[in-house]
Amino acid sequence: MNIIVCIKQVPATTEIKIDPATNTLVREGTESIVNPFDVYALEEAIRIKEEFGGKVTAITMGPPHAAEALKEAIAVGADDVILLSDRAFAGADTLATSHTLSKGIEKLGDFDLIICGKQTMDGDTAQVGPEIAEKLGVPIVTYVSQIKKIEDGHIQLQRMVEDGYEVVETEKPLVITVVKEINEPRVPSLRGMMRAKKAEIPVWTAKDINAEEEKIGLLGSPTQVVTIFVPEVSRKGERFEGEADKIVEQLIGKLKEDKVLN
Amino acid sequence: MNYMLTDDQKMIKELAKKISDEKVIPVRAELDEKEEFPWEVIKALSQADLFGLYIPEEYGGMGFGCFETVLVVEELSRACCGVSVSYAASALGAYPIVLFGHEEQKKKYLPAIASGEKLAAFGLTEANAGSDASGIQTTAKRDGNHYVLNGTKQWITNGGEAEIYAVIAITDRNKGSRGASAFVIEKGTEGFSFGKKEKKMGIRSSATRELVFDNCRIPKENLIGREGMGFIVALKTLDITRPGIGAQGVGLAQGALDVALNYSRQRTQFGQTISSFQAIQHILADMAIQTEAARALVYATARMIDGGEKTFSKDSAIAKTFATDVAMKVSVDAVQILGGYGYMREYPVEKMMRDAKILQIYEGTNQIQRNVIALQLIKENSGKN
Repeated sequence: MNIIVCIKQVPATTEIKIDPATNTLVREGTESIVNPFDVYALEEAIRIKEEFGGKVTAITMGPPHAAEALKEAIAVGADDVILLSDRAFAGADTLATSHTLSKGIEKLGDFDLIICGKQTMDGDTAQVGPEIAEKLGVPIVTYVSQIKKIEDGHIQLQRMVEDGYEVVETEKPLVITVVKEINEPRVPSLRGMMRAKKAEIPVWTAKDINAEEEKIGLLGSPTQVVTIFVPEVSRKGERFEGEADKIVEQLIGKLKEDKVLN
Repeated sequence: MNYMLTDDQKMIKELAKKISDEKVIPVRAELDEKEEFPWEVIKALSQADLFGLYIPEEYGGMGFGCFETVLVVEELSRACCGVSVSYAASALGAYPIVLFGHEEQKKKYLPAIASGEKLAAFGLTEANAGSDASGIQTTAKRDGNHYVLNGTKQWITNGGEAEIYAVIAITDRNKGSRGASAFVIEKGTEGFSFGKKEKKMGIRSSATRELVFDNCRIPKENLIGREGMGFIVALKTLDITRPGIGAQGVGLAQGALDVALNYSRQRTQFGQTISSFQAIQHILADMAIQTEAARALVYATARMIDGGEKTFSKDSAIAKTFATDVAMKVSVDAVQILGGYGYMREYPVEKMMRDAKILQIYEGTNQIQRNVIALQLIKENSGKN
């Protein structure tokens, strides 16, 4: 099995600070981590490799320091890593990002499976995985919570849906996006960490992957961010105080009034 | 305090911390409550290559030493001493082979211990042979190309869970301290069985059982070192692993201090946090003083051993005794700072206090350690006057 895992380096917090003057994210002083859902993707890839053999390649697009995320991938068992980094990639929306990643993947050659986290914790769009599949012309199965069977080019997957789950069978090659229920990620190994420390991370630029200028970075991004703002919290709490019996009655009365209860 | 760790040592400490934070702390109360062996943590430690830390590279290990092992034991003990003793006891079972095993034994047993695929254990203590190891009753009688073992080892950590056992038995009662020998015995050998799992005050996730030998025949190749070397094997093994028990003390004390400090900054009484009271501040300061002093002592001892010093029984006894006495005192203080909450199982400090007690007892009681220290002091002094 030749498996490619797409990962992204994200700020290690869900409380994003926004600079009010420029309306951009404040990244200073925020530690970077591998997007948590991508960690599940990586773990699943390593598990498949351990069972069926093959190779795991982690790929990311980002600034030079995104190499740290790839080192973490090496530490848990990725065989190869690729950093797509070029000033021309900057300002990419999901469409330009998926174009860039799919060009990198094309350069890597044949694959059986591409695994992505279901979404990133900073962008939260869940679009890049499906867009990569579209650009590469292969099937996509999203929100995968279990790989049930891999056999002779066929793969059976369980995916989470709103009110239960679906079992899907399809053929390789394909793209899947995974949810956190799929596994419990391992800690890195000492040998892996030592290998990561020494590893030189290969960097591919726009030219290396033959990416067309108008399809990458800001130029290739039809999404226009008009403004970013912190929404005002409009919810108001209401506090009941007093004897438990009485305030429970008050609460129930209020919930009925607001038609939460009948 | 900055102990000037190398990049590799920092990496090892960071890795052990990650395992403690992510795999041990969330489950330690449950493991303690259910007295459940921490197999999931053992699996994470093996995946992380930590079981092979002190084993030479040619036998599948990482080729580090006593100090790096101390760093891991300390980090694990900050979270749970039941877990850390299960980890450290495997080293205790492996060291006789590392130090005295012949090439074939090393090749046969060490790679599986290094990968964490198999746990090891060490069997010395018996019902009538604890501090006085010369009271050993278990015998190993030579019979052609075999030895036949009879007797019962008591309170063996990892007993029943481990696959590989280093066991001390009497081969010639007439030779006194030169009449004991060390053997390696595999689980599943006919005539080798286990007693029931002991119910303990603390370190309850660790497994403690009897090893029962009833006409257990093992090939003569399973003798570690030479006949008559049993006590030397045991003493040298304990000398080198004793700083690990000190590290358990340091880790436990740090864990207790961390909890007490956090609590004192949140708990308000008389309209202010209790950390603003000097009575509490002084307890916290004393906890920190003792913990740091214990750490410095344990680290210095481990580094001295790795540096190649040959005589270190006294120093490793000093480190073990001081650090484990500190663990007891600091964990009692932590319970005191948390008050009524500290006495409840909802908070981790009562467990730390229960766990701390065994550190003063096992791998040589702190009284026996003081004997070793005093005898060595007198011996050193007698040469001078």
